[in-house]
Amino acid sequence: MSATLTASRPHSAIALGRSIVGRVSFLPTLLVALVAGMSAIDPQFYGIINILNILRNASFLAIVACGQALVIIAGGFDLSVGAVVALASVVTAKAMAAASGNFPGNNAVIIASGVAAGLGCGVAVGLVNGFCVAKLKVSGFVVTLGTMSATAGVGLMITSGIPVYGMPEIFVKGFGRAQVFGLPTAVYVALAVVLVMMFAQRRTLFGRYVYAIGGNVDAAVVSGVSIQRHIVGTYVVSSVLAALTGILLTAQVGSGQASFGGDRMMLQSIAAAVIGGVSLRGGVGRVEIVTISALFLIILGNALNLLHIDSRLQPVFLGVIMVAAVALDELSRRRKSRV
Amino acid sequence: MDTSTDPKRTEPLLQLRGISKRFTGVRALDEVDLDVRAGELHVLFGENGAGKSTLINVIAGTFPPNEGTFRFGGEEIRHLTPQRARAIGISPVFQEFSLVPSLTVEENLFLGREISSKGVLRAREMRKRAQALIGELGFDLNPSQRVDDLSRAHQQMAEIAKALLGRARLLILDEPTASLTERETGRLFELIARLKSQNVGIIYVSHRMREIRALADRVTVLRDGRHIRTLDAATSTDSELVELMTGRKIDLLFPTIPHKATEVMVDVENLTLVDGSVRDVNFYARAGEITGIAGLVGCGKSELIRAIYGLEPVTAGIVRIDGTPYDFPTPRHSLKRGVAYFPANRVAEGLALSRPIRENVSMTVLDLPSFARFGILRQGAERVRITAIMEQLQLRPLNIERAAGALSGGNRQKVMLGRALTRDLTVFLFDEPSVGIDVGAKLEVYEFMKRLVEAGAAVIVVSSELPEVLALSNRLYVMHNGRIAAELEGAEKTEQNVLASFFKSDIAAEVA
Repeated sequence: MSATLTASRPHSAIALGRSIVGRVSFLPTLLVALVAGMSAIDPQFYGIINILNILRNASFLAIVACGQALVIIAGGFDLSVGAVVALASVVTAKAMAAASGNFPGNNAVIIASGVAAGLGCGVAVGLVNGFCVAKLKVSGFVVTLGTMSATAGVGLMITSGIPVYGMPEIFVKGFGRAQVFGLPTAVYVALAVVLVMMFAQRRTLFGRYVYAIGGNVDAAVVSGVSIQRHIVGTYVVSSVLAALTGILLTAQVGSGQASFGGDRMMLQSIAAAVIGGVSLRGGVGRVEIVTISALFLIILGNALNLLHIDSRLQPVFLGVIMVAAVALDELSRRRKSRV
Repeated sequence: MDTSTDPKRTEPLLQLRGISKRFTGVRALDEVDLDVRAGELHVLFGENGAGKSTLINVIAGTFPPNEGTFRFGGEEIRHLTPQRARAIGISPVFQEFSLVPSLTVEENLFLGREISSKGVLRAREMRKRAQALIGELGFDLNPSQRVDDLSRAHQQMAEIAKALLGRARLLILDEPTASLTERETGRLFELIARLKSQNVGIIYVSHRMREIRALADRVTVLRDGRHIRTLDAATSTDSELVELMTGRKIDLLFPTIPHKATEVMVDVENLTLVDGSVRDVNFYARAGEITGIAGLVGCGKSELIRAIYGLEPVTAGIVRIDGTPYDFPTPRHSLKRGVAYFPANRVAEGLALSRPIRENVSMTVLDLPSFARFGILRQGAERVRITAIMEQLQLRPLNIERAAGALSGGNRQKVMLGRALTRDLTVFLFDEPSVGIDVGAKLEVYEFMKRLVEAGAAVIVVSSELPEVLALSNRLYVMHNGRIAAELEGAEKTEQNVLASFFKSDIAAEVA
């Protein structure tokens, strides 16, 4: 196998510009075509309600996909994200219900304890994933398959499948369903996450080491990078972001549900990462493009719904697009050579 | 198919005319002509990036040329694929192995052309043929061993055996001796002579003058993707070839290094490794000199310096760096103590190929405050520093944003060397520093070592290339079977003495 990967170009500024265009160009083309086509076909598509709906769902997916992308860049895989969304949701709701019994009326304490419990779930699952992968050397695929199953089971045990209520009104109305400058709060949270992740990828040691580990783990060892810490870090970030999504969903719906997230969220997050140019070989990928790809996937789903396409047929589209994206990536890789 | 060969007895086995190959924006081959006659060994000579790899890939059918004609065995060949190339008798042996690590040697030999009847493999027959072939080649190779359990030298043997399994009419060897010991190299040369007498044409890529002298009938020099000249090996001189290759004059391959040994920087006492590859080794290296370690492949010389750096687990013994004991080495701490290691396999252990040069160079120094503070990278400083370092190393083109995977062997080595210049280091461990790079790049590596020594660093060079360690080192250790077999200095440092300690009693006679 020839070891030719990303492009090599003369000037860094041009190179940066071109590589963004190169990678993104086919994605926005699709995105623009989709948006233009749908707007022409169905005025409902650009109705404000539909747009807000798209943005909200895209935010949820983008947050999860950013974490997923980080894990894949480091050469791993996180199948547990969907289950973590569900667990964080029910734990957050339960904790808030319990706290409002103990501290009636003290909304700040109630919300803080709920959010802390939800994020804590993410940290815990992430640590377990990371520990098993980094220390026990079990493949990320197997570990997260296991924690996915276990986490989903715990979520069901806590709730017996019944939605959990009892959250403060302000958490739902004042945060989850609220709009700031006409946009749902989830959009701002997602933007903040993406910006922080972009910064982490470009400007922090953590981000750099994640690229290095995914690019060539042995080279990273020789270079004195501590591998285990950073691998654990990627899984923790991924799980915490999934937990954050669980909390946002809970706040929006107004109840904690073990049916949030799930396999669909997990598969979509992987699809968003892969379509967004994250290499399953590791070492390549950027969260901003993953975010665009998440937006694209959500709009695609929305479009298929508006066109009344059989919901059973929709996953077929997702599958075809994912394979096509990776195939195009491979084709462009093959044309480049070593100099 | 073969009917037309007789009337045109004079036509070469392989005839390329005006072969050009472009990759997006880069002209890798520019109207190259090449003739290889049956029974001839034709050396391709050129720097990394001169187009040798591209040319042999075109011949092997890996990718088609954009222009030019390709005649093989008197017939025009179009739309060549690797499968078809093998079928018509073109057998390539690439530097990057085409072996499946998880399969056995035998399964690899027959991969894609298994002997079977009605879809059922005939294992016994394949075993027999594999054994017969390996026996004929004289390789010390067990057909039922898994490839990933083999040393690089043995993998190389398996690769050559694989190429020769079919009916080879044109054999392509890309630096076949890079990981072979002297003895195995001797075997390979005998084999080459036998193949030539059977009228097999051989294309041989090598940077080693000695091999070219010993084997070549004709030499074709490539530079910048162009055919420079084809010469008869017998009538050309070394300096002529090097001059043609580089386009400049190179007088001496090994620089004279003024060793001024001072204090002991690395001191190893009774070192034994967990896997037993190094046993009871005592040795030291001083600042201001190059300490060489020679030995056969698998003698434990690489493991020794890897253990000092913290890549191999130690069971017993003491390592002292600059006088202070160094327990439980790890790469991170080694770097902090000023010890750097340059792995032999730059692809496997050196570089993240998908990442730019800048990130690869700075990978070892990001713990320093001048590169990162509180976990936040200082990108401006990084860019400036790395650009300056790569400029000093004469990276061409000087673009630190290129992916390491897009670089030639020589430039990859420069990226590795660049790491050494990013921080204050006092001990440099080089593991096979010149494997897979051309003469010009080698010279730059040697000059680099010279500058390190002049600056007072302790340099340890582990190499299977005897002339290299002999010429570079001030003191030379010879390892054999995990132990130090000899320590040679000054006038004792001769090829005969090294070989004598390599082969001690048992095989010394055979080599002599």
